Amino acid sequence: MRYAMAIDTKKCVGCSDCVVACQTENDVPIGHCRDWVVEVMDGTYPELEMELRSERCNHCENSPCVRCCPTGASHYSDGGIVLVTKNECIGCSACITSCPYDARYVHPDGYVDKCTFCLHRVKKGMQPACVAVCPTKCMYFGDLDDPRSEVSEVLKKRKYKTLIPEAGTKPQLYFLI
Amino acid sequence: MREEIIVSGRNNPLIDPQLHVWHWEIPTYLFLGGLAAGLMFFAALYYLRGKENDYRTAVKLAPMIAPIALALGLVALFLDLHHKLYFWRLYTTIRLESPMSWGAWTLMVVTPVSIIWSALHIKELFPNWDWKFDFAKELIDFFQKKKKVLAWIMLISSAILGIYTGILFSAFNARPLWNTSIMGPLFLASGLSAGAAVVIWMSKDHAERKRFAQLDLMIIGIELFLIIHMFMGFLASTQVQIDAVNLFLGGPYTAQFWGFVVILGMIVPAILEGLELKGYKIPVAIPVVLVLFGSIMLRFIISNAGQASRWLY
Repeated sequence: MRYAMAIDTKKCVGCSDCVVACQTENDVPIGHCRDWVVEVMDGTYPELEMELRSERCNHCENSPCVRCCPTGASHYSDGGIVLVTKNECIGCSACITSCPYDARYVHPDGYVDKCTFCLHRVKKGMQPACVAVCPTKCMYFGDLDDPRSEVSEVLKKRKYKTLIPEAGTKPQLYFLI
Repeated sequence: MREEIIVSGRNNPLIDPQLHVWHWEIPTYLFLGGLAAGLMFFAALYYLRGKENDYRTAVKLAPMIAPIALALGLVALFLDLHHKLYFWRLYTTIRLESPMSWGAWTLMVVTPVSIIWSALHIKELFPNWDWKFDFAKELIDFFQKKKKVLAWIMLISSAILGIYTGILFSAFNARPLWNTSIMGPLFLASGLSAGAAVVIWMSKDHAERKRFAQLDLMIIGIELFLIIHMFMGFLASTQVQIDAVNLFLGGPYTAQFWGFVVILGMIVPAILEGLELKGYKIPVAIPVVLVLFGSIMLRFIISNAGQASRWLY
């Protein structure tokens, strides 16, 4: 099993519903976020293009955060989802500096926190909160090893990219372009 | 003109707008750890070479600073942790892929060794010292007999500690400025230079001071070579590495790096030490303080600039 998420940059309208849903679902402390929206304006006037991306932890297959964690608090869980066990985390921030996506932050309670792909919901057969709430249905989540999963199907049909593939982390967050 | 404007909705403290999770604690620890490594390395080296009585300060007196530096460094490390009450988790796991885990276990070896080494020589510093308890005397006798083994452990573990202070940074691929294997040898050399400077400062013996001034000159030469090597490596690498090194070549850290680290911390003390070796009278404190200042600044600037460097996206 290999959980992955695909996000359609053509359908995303940048409403930040995913951000608020995540904050509500996961009790994210005020002033912090586990996911966020990035707007990229690119080109030469008047030929400009804008891309909207809902970003979060990339749940990399080759995660530098898991490798550098001195206590084993950062680890791979079911389906390759990268998690932090808060009672094992010493808050040394090594994982934060090792993440090329800057996807982690220090929770006010001291431990390092980040997106979990809502594993608690996924275990119950539900979708991550951000996916479930998206008004344009631009996010797809599922098992990449299952060829019939929504995410496998959409990645077969559409062109996609990952962020900073040159960092060699094998991210599991795909952006449909 | 083709332009790319990226607007991010993320605003996590310590992460945005620029990563700044490591403040003064980490560079301070890296300096104190490097200094302790330098002092312990020379003590072990000259003891094993049978120069215990020729270089008394280096072998016996100066290493007494090492446990103090390590203890203060460990306090700084502890202060850096956000989840402090769980610090003991470092010692319930051994993670071979994590440089920080290596560092924790290296300190577990180095710190007691530095304390034992100091205890073996404390009577030379305080002749009236009394261990009071018999078991303490027995322990001292035991280590006195095993001093050669202890010196070998100290030589190797202090070299690992010195290299580790740099590898801690170089292991982070996500920060292009840190991600070079030069960091390990550069930080080791900087720690050795700081250690040699402290020996020069503490020593009253002319021959010993001369030897350590020669050593320091050589180490500063190696440091400059490593810095040039680092710049060449970065400039011949990918765009992210070129952007990272440009922080020092016209970017916001240029004046600090070249002014404080290279000129004031290396070139000026090297010239002063060279003049001293040629017989000119130069107050010993000046090159020593400059070397220590350069060593501290190297850590602070590399720590801060590294956190400012990132992958493009």
